[in-house]
Amino acid sequence: MLFLPLLIPLATAIAGLLAWNRRKLQRLLGVCSSAALLIVGLMLLATVQQQGVISAQAGNWPAPFGITLVADLLSSLLIVATGLMGLCVTVYSLADTDTRQESLGYHPLLQVLLLGICGSFLTGDLFNLYVWFEVMLIASFVLLALGGQREQMEGAIKYVALNLIASALLLAGIGLLYGVTGTLNMAHLAIRLQSMPHTGTIPVIAALLFCAFSIKAAVFPFYFWLPASYHTPPIAVITIFSALLSKVGIYVLIRVFTLIFPQETLAGQPLILAAAGLTMLLGALGAVAQPELRRMLAFCVVSQIGYLLMGLGLFTALALSGSIFFMLHIMAAKSALFLTTGVVARLTGSSSLAELGGLYRRYPLLAALFLVPALSVAGIPPLSGFWGKLALIQAGLQSGQYLMVAVALGVSVLTLYYLTNAWIHIYWKPAPETAAKLQYLPPHRRHQLLAPTLLLALFSLVLGLLPEPLFRLCHSAAEQILNPSSYITAVLGTLP
Amino acid sequence: MEPVLAVVIGGLYAAGMYLMVRRSIVKMIFGLALLGNAANLLIFTVGRLTRGRPPHIPLDATLPSLPVADPVPQALILTAIVIGFGVQAFALVLIKRVYQTVGSDDQDVMVTENQGLATRGTGREGQGDEV
Amino acid sequence: MHSVILATAIRLLLPLMLLFSLFLLLRGHNEPGGGFVGGLVVAAAFALYTLAHGEKEGRRMLRVDPLRLVASGLLVALVSGLLPLLVGLPFLTALWSSVPAPVIGHAGTPLLFDLGVYLLVAGMSLLIIFTLMEE
Repeated sequence: MLFLPLLIPLATAIAGLLAWNRRKLQRLLGVCSSAALLIVGLMLLATVQQQGVISAQAGNWPAPFGITLVADLLSSLLIVATGLMGLCVTVYSLADTDTRQESLGYHPLLQVLLLGICGSFLTGDLFNLYVWFEVMLIASFVLLALGGQREQMEGAIKYVALNLIASALLLAGIGLLYGVTGTLNMAHLAIRLQSMPHTGTIPVIAALLFCAFSIKAAVFPFYFWLPASYHTPPIAVITIFSALLSKVGIYVLIRVFTLIFPQETLAGQPLILAAAGLTMLLGALGAVAQPELRRMLAFCVVSQIGYLLMGLGLFTALALSGSIFFMLHIMAAKSALFLTTGVVARLTGSSSLAELGGLYRRYPLLAALFLVPALSVAGIPPLSGFWGKLALIQAGLQSGQYLMVAVALGVSVLTLYYLTNAWIHIYWKPAPETAAKLQYLPPHRRHQLLAPTLLLALFSLVLGLLPEPLFRLCHSAAEQILNPSSYITAVLGTLP
Repeated sequence: MEPVLAVVIGGLYAAGMYLMVRRSIVKMIFGLALLGNAANLLIFTVGRLTRGRPPHIPLDATLPSLPVADPVPQALILTAIVIGFGVQAFALVLIKRVYQTVGSDDQDVMVTENQGLATRGTGREGQGDEV
Repeated sequence: MHSVILATAIRLLLPLMLLFSLFLLLRGHNEPGGGFVGGLVVAAAFALYTLAHGEKEGRRMLRVDPLRLVASGLLVALVSGLLPLLVGLPFLTALWSSVPAPVIGHAGTPLLFDLGVYLLVAGMSLLIIFTLMEE
């Protein structure tokens, strides 16, 4: 059961490689596999809800020695989200990617990327995590550079360099941690580190890991690579990157700094909160300054990462559940924004705010599909972003972090400003005279582009109108994280 | 032995960092390779440098006869080397492609010319794909 | 770049290196060796051939598309991991035959996995080498 989210994308990628030149088959396989991943994710979530944390040992090697796969509520929720995003993006890219990219193996690579992401969510072993990161990275490198446009190359180089530095830091951190504790199993590490004084090497290791994961998650001060590389590749690729890759970084930060290192190790709270606040603020300021829609959204991704980190920094059940809820919301809402941007770029051949305009009259549905997720990202009630932010801010007030709350609210206002400003520019203001003629899209293509976008926007809307069931789920996920004994028992059998 | 290795690791990190801040992409890749090797050597060193036997347990015993070498760091390094091999091979292909499209391996040239492109506007999304 | 010495030597070296790679592969589950080095030796053999005769000839000598090798290697490794599921053991559990075979000793799913790695590594390295040597 736990292996299925890994086996499905792997098998599909192999089948796709074997059917290298048969693009139709690859497309079909891609869609089926993502749908299967979604279903398996839902089954996993149901099982975890009934039975608590579950674990499986690869190769039948008992826990601290072999590689363990663990699913708790957080990881199974994220597997479901991965399946959903994978499905939406695969359907979208049926119409969006061009023939050349597909013949270079776009679909199998996407599956490898999903494999790496699912692996990172499920693994219970720190070194195995490094391996999944690399799987993910290699797939993402190739996806970024696929097609070989000149700007794409420049973005890819920055991305490759920064991520390889992060990997080297992560490797060094893992090595040192093994030297100190003699184990790599996360649950076992948690126990070993409990009985050790948190001085000397251990804070250094924590700092190394924090830096490595922060680079992956694009947290201040390590976020510069993200806006520099996210505006160049095809829109479907950026969507999956922004929805899942940076969230993997946040997931790992949450996992490692709740399970393995208690926060005191890093003198954590002020540091994480400062990083969160600055990420939010600088991301939003960067977005305000951008005249080009895709770059603006890339900065917006950075800014929203700050909210996710804020939950970890506040470190209460309410804050963490807010973070998890916000993570699920932002995946859907931000992806919908990116996908509509892709449709606009396809229609007009541009994504620069100055060159666009007047699309509302021709495409009212598209305008709504941008506006709803935009308001949701900004946190307008009753949309989904509001509830996530509400929980975070309430938790902030409870812990007395008034400055943090003020920053979070201020950034919301900024977000509202730049997203509505973008909307007005693209859809509301009259089209500039230099605007290119709109291109015609055949109906089946339009459906392939709009259906996933519509699904995600609706998901965000429904999440906003009925937040209760999911929020309760997020809350139990957060409680599970804060009380790691169930995780440890599920992995090691008994609590020593 | 440890102090010597510590100096070597420090030197590798320093050299790697120095190469990474150079303008040439080729040197950047070399720097990344050195950084990876430094990390591997670090794992090797923190895994204790003992001259031990392989950790085989004799048939009639439940514990290996001490001292044994710890196999885990070596397995980790092996994995990391393999991954590093793959990543560096990809990076080499990438810089070759970059050199072909840009005609230079100087990062500054790449960036400045690209800003020129950006002001001309991005008109490429709509092209390249017909039904 | 054409070198008579390399071109002559590689005619002998290629089969020798391929045999040596098989030797490495088959002893890998018990002794030093294994799929990874074996695959690299294969790649090195074909890389030398390609250096001597050019990229087109190299591809022709390999006969199969390197991508096929990658895919089949992954497939073999995946199957070796799935086999234990049939007997109700977790994914990737090693199954060993009780009868020792003449050359390889006790065979088992790790050997199959190694074979997958061998194909994968050979295919992947050759894919990269061919791409880099394309004119």
